[in-house]
Amino acid sequence: MTDMIGAGKEPSVFKRMLDSDIFHSFKSSPITMVAAFVVLVMTLAALFAPLIAPMNPFDPAQVFLMNANIPPRWMNGGDPQFLLGTDDQGRDLYSAILYGLRVSIFVGVIGVAIACTIGVTLGLVAGFFGGRVDAMIMRIADVQLTFPAILIALLIDGIVRGLLKSATREDIAFSVLVVSIGLAFWVQYARTVRGSTLVEKGRDYIQAARLVGLPAPLIMIRHVLPNVIGPVLVILTINVGLAIITEATLSFLGVGLPPTQPSLGTLISIGNRYLFSGDWWIVTFPGITLALFVLSINLLGDWLRDALNPKLQ
Amino acid sequence: MLAFILRRLAQSIAVLLTVAIIAFAMFRFVGDPVNQIVSLDTPAEQVEKIRKDLGLDQPVYIQFARYIGNALHGDFGQSYQFRQPVTKLLAERAPATLELALMSALFSLVVGIPMGVYTALNRNGFGAKLFQAVSLIGVSLPTFLIGILLIYLFSVQLGWLPSFGRGEVVKLTQNWTTGLLTWSGIKALILPAITLGLFQMTLIMRLVRAEMLEVMRTDYIKFARARGLKTRAINFGHALKNTLVPVITIAGLQLGSIIAFAIITETVFQWPGMGVLFLKAVQNVDIPIMAAYLMMIAALFVLINLTVDLLYAAVDPRLRATIRES
Repeated sequence: MTDMIGAGKEPSVFKRMLDSDIFHSFKSSPITMVAAFVVLVMTLAALFAPLIAPMNPFDPAQVFLMNANIPPRWMNGGDPQFLLGTDDQGRDLYSAILYGLRVSIFVGVIGVAIACTIGVTLGLVAGFFGGRVDAMIMRIADVQLTFPAILIALLIDGIVRGLLKSATREDIAFSVLVVSIGLAFWVQYARTVRGSTLVEKGRDYIQAARLVGLPAPLIMIRHVLPNVIGPVLVILTINVGLAIITEATLSFLGVGLPPTQPSLGTLISIGNRYLFSGDWWIVTFPGITLALFVLSINLLGDWLRDALNPKLQ
Repeated sequence: MLAFILRRLAQSIAVLLTVAIIAFAMFRFVGDPVNQIVSLDTPAEQVEKIRKDLGLDQPVYIQFARYIGNALHGDFGQSYQFRQPVTKLLAERAPATLELALMSALFSLVVGIPMGVYTALNRNGFGAKLFQAVSLIGVSLPTFLIGILLIYLFSVQLGWLPSFGRGEVVKLTQNWTTGLLTWSGIKALILPAITLGLFQMTLIMRLVRAEMLEVMRTDYIKFARARGLKTRAINFGHALKNTLVPVITIAGLQLGSIIAFAIITETVFQWPGMGVLFLKAVQNVDIPIMAAYLMMIAALFVLINLTVDLLYAAVDPRLRATIRES
């Protein structure tokens, strides 16, 4: 590394990435590489669902009720048209899973993005200004921390249902879900960022920035933020998995997304009703997809936490 | 010490008050309570009278004081959907939820602690790796999916255990029923308790493992080894004993979230508890039940937190010293 700098050539970003400790630890952990591969493939499959899926499960013109509850192709009574069978409305399960995964990832990522934005902002403000602002933000965080995220999300959902007329509920179900997840998960970011901001605040470079007369928001974003973002990345990764589970759970409980725009949770919830009549595939395949995706994300998160932890190196 | 207790008490009351304000705001401003009681053809003067009777014409802070006063007497108003007092509805369903929560907490401790000890002592063994992998899968599977899986395996395929309800229950007192005294009640409890406890079990296993590894590195364990104590005595007499304090703390704190998470398990197994009631309230915008449930969970969390803190201060002399200094 030193001789490269001595030669006066700045190595390309890509090369530096390949040389970094993190990439080394990535290469030496086969499980992590498999997990990353699974996440990548599933995310791509979900993103390009309209191109890959044999049919569009949202399009009423392609869905026929007479095709309902057909078993997977390799079983007795299976139809070669439907690889993993069909659900109770005659939707091709394979297509429905691809589209459902898309919805789940979408909800998870946007929900976590909202949570992260709220949490990091409040954490920075609390840590940087201290005093009464800090006390107020952290007390709110304490109170919220006494409740599990799923309960907060349920409550927000219930309150929104009360405030809105029933006709609009289905149209905005997606926004409500994303906002409830965002508001349910912000606390962890705020506490982490506040802790590291308190440490950074005392450092010389921040004092210098203040002396130069930079405005506080600029110092927070340009100088403090890059130095406190490391632990946030770990929480971010693990939270995407948690948010997807939360979304699936809410949809399963019947307060998430409506059956007209099914996520993986909705599909599992539908399949659960047919479990006793022996139509196991409606619940099994979406279930496996969900579990595999979240498991891979958690593996990545675990690895990232260890790789970024200087104590373990 | 007294100052510490008083400060913790004040904090707890502040938390409860905050939650009470949220609960009251929901009760008062999300939907009009009067509209839920009257029908469309109720004459206007009668609507006005009901509004007066409920005290809704008074200033908001008086209404809030009255709401708190009533709540302290255990009166949370009438449920919109059942037309019955909320307290009665919750009390009827409390035994089912508490029984489920306690059983799953017990399950998570009884299985989680030995698994944690085993994985810590045989760190690189095959069994330890297997347990670690299983615990990660357990964290990644949503609770409802585990429930469905267990139902499919043990109810649909094998037919060993029932998939819904509480089985036969015995009435102990006026308000308390238990399923633990009948065979069908116990059988009905097994699957829900495992479903609910599995997540906590993996948590406890990971915690015991981490704590145990930490303790095994300390000097007093090395010294005990140097003294020639038997491995068994070191592992269980010295190491495990010092591991258990934080474990019991976390387990205690988790009890509150077990009760909250019971919403999901109760839905999967159609368990007649408070969680199902709360979920129905969310779906039908039955605000009084939602507000009461929120207050109840908050009170429970605060009570458990406070007890744990005070017990800690009473048990751990090091903590007492830091309290005195501050």
